[in-house]
Amino acid sequence: MTGYLAVLIFLLVGTGIVLFTFFLSRLIRPFNTYPEKSINYECAEDPIGTSWFQFNNRFYIFALIFVIFDVEVIFLFPWAVAYGQLGLYALVEMVIFILILFFGLYYAWKKGVLKWV
Amino acid sequence: MIWPVAFAELRPIFDWLYDMVSSTGLPEPWLSVVIYTGLGAMMFGVLAVLALYLVWWERKISAHIQQRFGPMRHGWHGWYQTIMDAIKLLQKEHVDVATRDKFVFFWAPVMCFVAAFLAYVTIPFGEGLIVADLNIGVLYIMAVTTFTIISLLMAGWGSNNKYALLGGMRSAAQVVSYEVPMVASILVVVVFAGSLSMVDIVRAQDGMFYNWFIFRLPFGPIAFLTYIVAATAEANRTPFDIPEAEQELVAGFNIEYSGMKFAMFFLAEFVNMFTVSAIAVTLFLGGWNGVFLPSWFWFLLKTFAVVLLLMLFRWTYPRLRVDQLMEFAWKFLVPLTFANLILGAWMKYAGWYW
Repeated sequence: MTGYLAVLIFLLVGTGIVLFTFFLSRLIRPFNTYPEKSINYECAEDPIGTSWFQFNNRFYIFALIFVIFDVEVIFLFPWAVAYGQLGLYALVEMVIFILILFFGLYYAWKKGVLKWV
Repeated sequence: MIWPVAFAELRPIFDWLYDMVSSTGLPEPWLSVVIYTGLGAMMFGVLAVLALYLVWWERKISAHIQQRFGPMRHGWHGWYQTIMDAIKLLQKEHVDVATRDKFVFFWAPVMCFVAAFLAYVTIPFGEGLIVADLNIGVLYIMAVTTFTIISLLMAGWGSNNKYALLGGMRSAAQVVSYEVPMVASILVVVVFAGSLSMVDIVRAQDGMFYNWFIFRLPFGPIAFLTYIVAATAEANRTPFDIPEAEQELVAGFNIEYSGMKFAMFFLAEFVNMFTVSAIAVTLFLGGWNGVFLPSWFWFLLKTFAVVLLLMLFRWTYPRLRVDQLMEFAWKFLVPLTFANLILGAWMKYAGWYW
């Protein structure tokens, strides 16, 4: 388990060093703000409204398809590791599993979900 | 044969350092904490220098492709230009948007860099030169590097800027789409190596170059190509750089960032590029295996060759449109990589490989 201790420590060291560089730059950088400077950048025009508004829901649909495939991939990882000892039965099972998901992908494809409008 | 000192194996140096630290008689968990902290700081230094030189290298390559000179003023062919740039960025004022979401805006660059940095826990730089050989190495790297998406989304959302939000959203959709073919092409290697540990995967490719997985697998070159394409998209590089497409989104998710916060995004981008190349080398190109020269030298040589490939991609291909990008991922790469996976598994069962 000491390997996972390394992960934790790298997490802390990475965060710490980044925060330290921010601190270092805080010591030497100028502070000269005025209201016009901290307006949102919108190609030198005054911004129109807030930017937290509705966006294309294609993003959401693609994320949804991704979640399904990512769960599939998570199931594939243990299968791939143990495949050497499992033989033909595991191969057939996994082909069926992948085909079921690909039927879903085919359905989404035919429905025109994968088309970016 | 006598090699210069720089060409010797690095392992004895680390063994000597380990002996130095362990001779102080610290009890066990704290000994590991001290050693890993030291390694983490060392790795940060290495990555910072590496990223600076990748930036310089990229600028030189782009310049020569476009028949310019690129940086020439600071030192020989501008070799310390990027170091000066880093010092300049350290002194720059942070221009923060007044209407930003403070918490999200602040933590996005930190998270972006840390996500790229965490992958280096288990990248084997050479024989025995690995911080910790995790038994789920490949899965861990995939999981950790994907956190970059969240940080880009955070940057897009926290800036309260239309371009930034659009860049973050595009980036998430793109990285998420190319994640699936990337993992599927990696799984072929896992099927043949029978392990997720990076060291075991390299050991499975011991010997001459025909033992590398790119040549040994039934469709190794296809898996390698699909991996490289997906990895280029993962690292948000041209031809897949619509998240930061300069001509339409100005700079994408990092538009409102300045100073060190911007530098962290920039650093993370180049660290990510090195990470995906290192994974490609470990999985497909035999990792540290090579003749005559020490193992870390071979690893770096191969990795820089793949980095060079990614840079040439960037400066020779036009950018894809967003609909082409998504359709290429879902209608071409995903079926291809899964078909490759099933065929590879079948050939492993039938024994059609060496």
